[in-house]
Amino acid sequence: MTQTQSQNGQSQSQSSGTFDEMWGRDESLRRPYEGVEGWLSGEDPARLRRKQREAEDLFRLTGITFNVYGREEAAERLIPFDIIPRIISGREWSRLSRGIEQRVRAINAFLHDIYHRQEIVRAGRLPAEMIARNEAFLPEMIGVEPPGGIYTHIVGIDLVRTDDDEFYVLEDNARTPSGVSYMLENRETMLHMFPELFMKQRVQPVSGYPSKLHRSLSACAPMVTDDPPVVGVLTPGSYNSAYYEHSFLADKMGVELVEGHDLRVVDGRVAMRTTRGYLPIDVLYRRIDDDWIDPLNFRRDSALGVPGIFDVYRSGRLTLANAPGTGIADDKAIYSYMPEIVEFYTGEKPILQNVPTWRCGEPEALKYVLDQLPELVVKEVHGSGGYGMLVGPAASRREIAAFREKLIARPENYIAQPTLALSTVPIFTNKGLAPRHVDLRPFVLVSPEGVSITPGGLTRVAMKKGSLVVNSSQGGGTKDTWVLDE
Amino acid sequence: MTILGKTAAGLFWMSRYLERSETGARLVEVGQRMALTRSSSDDEWASVLNTAGVGEGFQAKYGEAVTRDLAIDWMLRDRDNPSSVLASIEAARTNARVVRTALTREVWEAVNESFMTLKAALARRVADRDLSEVLALIRARIAFVRGAMNGTMMRDDRYNFCRLGTFVERADNTARILDVKYYVLLPSASAVGSSLDTVQWETILRSVSAEGSYRHTMGQRVRPRLVAQFLIFDQRMPRSLMFCAEMLCENLDHLAADYGLRGPAHDIADALRQRLKCASVDSIFDEGLHDFLQDFQTRVAALGQQTEMDYRFSL
Repeated sequence: MTQTQSQNGQSQSQSSGTFDEMWGRDESLRRPYEGVEGWLSGEDPARLRRKQREAEDLFRLTGITFNVYGREEAAERLIPFDIIPRIISGREWSRLSRGIEQRVRAINAFLHDIYHRQEIVRAGRLPAEMIARNEAFLPEMIGVEPPGGIYTHIVGIDLVRTDDDEFYVLEDNARTPSGVSYMLENRETMLHMFPELFMKQRVQPVSGYPSKLHRSLSACAPMVTDDPPVVGVLTPGSYNSAYYEHSFLADKMGVELVEGHDLRVVDGRVAMRTTRGYLPIDVLYRRIDDDWIDPLNFRRDSALGVPGIFDVYRSGRLTLANAPGTGIADDKAIYSYMPEIVEFYTGEKPILQNVPTWRCGEPEALKYVLDQLPELVVKEVHGSGGYGMLVGPAASRREIAAFREKLIARPENYIAQPTLALSTVPIFTNKGLAPRHVDLRPFVLVSPEGVSITPGGLTRVAMKKGSLVVNSSQGGGTKDTWVLDE
Repeated sequence: MTILGKTAAGLFWMSRYLERSETGARLVEVGQRMALTRSSSDDEWASVLNTAGVGEGFQAKYGEAVTRDLAIDWMLRDRDNPSSVLASIEAARTNARVVRTALTREVWEAVNESFMTLKAALARRVADRDLSEVLALIRARIAFVRGAMNGTMMRDDRYNFCRLGTFVERADNTARILDVKYYVLLPSASAVGSSLDTVQWETILRSVSAEGSYRHTMGQRVRPRLVAQFLIFDQRMPRSLMFCAEMLCENLDHLAADYGLRGPAHDIADALRQRLKCASVDSIFDEGLHDFLQDFQTRVAALGQQTEMDYRFSL
């Protein structure tokens, strides 16, 4: 989770313009929260405090931790979990899911297009240099047909809410979105601790995700043999920050969790070393970045990858999920073109809004951004995890001045956005309920059989009062996310 | 079933380290008991360190003189001792984490929880008054893991690799415990009936948790010949060399049936068992107990290495 990013930044005081998902703007209880509010008001706070601690013990026991780089003592840390669910009504969800599906279909069509005829460039809807000069564009993928025609098998769309009926897409995660294990474990924990809550109201289940993932990946297998496809999860290893999630997903799907050194190319296929010899693999859900998957084709110093795996992929005898080169679709400069991209490939108006974005590489935009720097959030085009960015309202004069230098030196490396008033949801504290800012990452599966979105997703919550930083690497926590079955 | 070679390695080593941490705790218990029941010097602790095979490391750090406090700390938690109880349980947990997908939830949680509990219990030097409690805790945690494995794992190749790890480690431990004290078992060396020797023999039995079983099987009198008979040949005694050899053969046979393939490791295991079957206490004492035990340990080590090769634990 540390390698992902959401709205980052910090405003010192919570503006009165904040929308609370439980209490709205005027302290009147919103309908989706009626059940939970009734339950909360009847609960003994001491019992809830005990339950909150119990939840932490459970997470520690399961080993659902993430690794923090460079800190030996705290090598495995727990992400704080808050027991108050974040609730979305069935009606809200159906609009969101239509918007997500539209966006994900557009992303796949876009990826196919830019690695083939680049119609969108020919049509003058996207400047050629946005692709040609983009680090995330992978020339090796030009003309390659991914098995099943799918580029992004697994997508995480980061959403933020600013009002009753106002959602924005903050970011598309089209490479290797993480966090789905937290979505699943958070629900298991809530079911275990508060079964009574789920008897009062119907919450759409999330537990089918691993089997859907397996089915979705299998449906994209290359047709090498008639046997059921062999699926594996490729991890960089147990020191990776998301290792728990890799092993969790492999376990839940009942497939092998492999590292690069367990694999090699045998007779034109990728095979894993088993106790009986090498066994071919059809689909790899890889949680290793493009650069590292193949030392023969990409970074030579990679010890994580498999020599020659990309050649097998190109020959159509292996499915990599997600396909190499998908990073171009979640690049922050490309993000600013998403409304055009959605319209170009679906022929429809985007259902979900983009956050207004200034591309600092454009002289007029740069001028505006430099002017308004203290009010804006500025991000590196290829940055992630909340590193290397400026949050104007939370930054000191000196920080702003230093950032201005960097911005002027390499403007095309940055985009800027207004600081959004993210919605809040209450968390449970020792002093009772207190509002904290949240975002939402729904998880989407794409296969030739269709698009499948698990109702809800991962809610990340800033645990500090007033903070807009929800990243786990920066101390953010998570909540169980409910979509009501109405 | 087929599993990754790496997974087989992880299961094998997880089990070895679990066994090793339990042996470590038991040896400290034995040392402690000796210190309490007789007015001994710290000699006994040097012997405990040698039995655990960690004497050399200790000397390298602290020199020749072995004091009780340092020895206990070395055995239980010293960072420079890669075979300490704490290091072993941590290594077991690291292996378990790597093969998480091959374990049941119960086994993983048992290992993880045991690691967290013991890490906390061994975070500081253990005070005298807490020692018994900590040692009991270690044994209880290992028993808990073993119970989870026993109760929830499928009896397939994964289980076989766990068992192979357990019995390779155990066979080696029992042989080493006997070897360090072999001279007190020899008829020539025993000052017959001296209380010193009786204590030594009892120590050996205690080191493998067998003083009760011995009495039930062999009677009240602790005789060197009988102790050797019991710990080498008794097929019912779960830490005897014979029992370990039987288990190694049994689990390799399961794998052979499952995979339809017998490798060189099977031949080593068969020869190991055959060696015991053809021997007797008399023949072993005649040829030399020490030589016999050395030969046994060499064979067990070779079996471990051959298993790693036959089942492609690594490249």
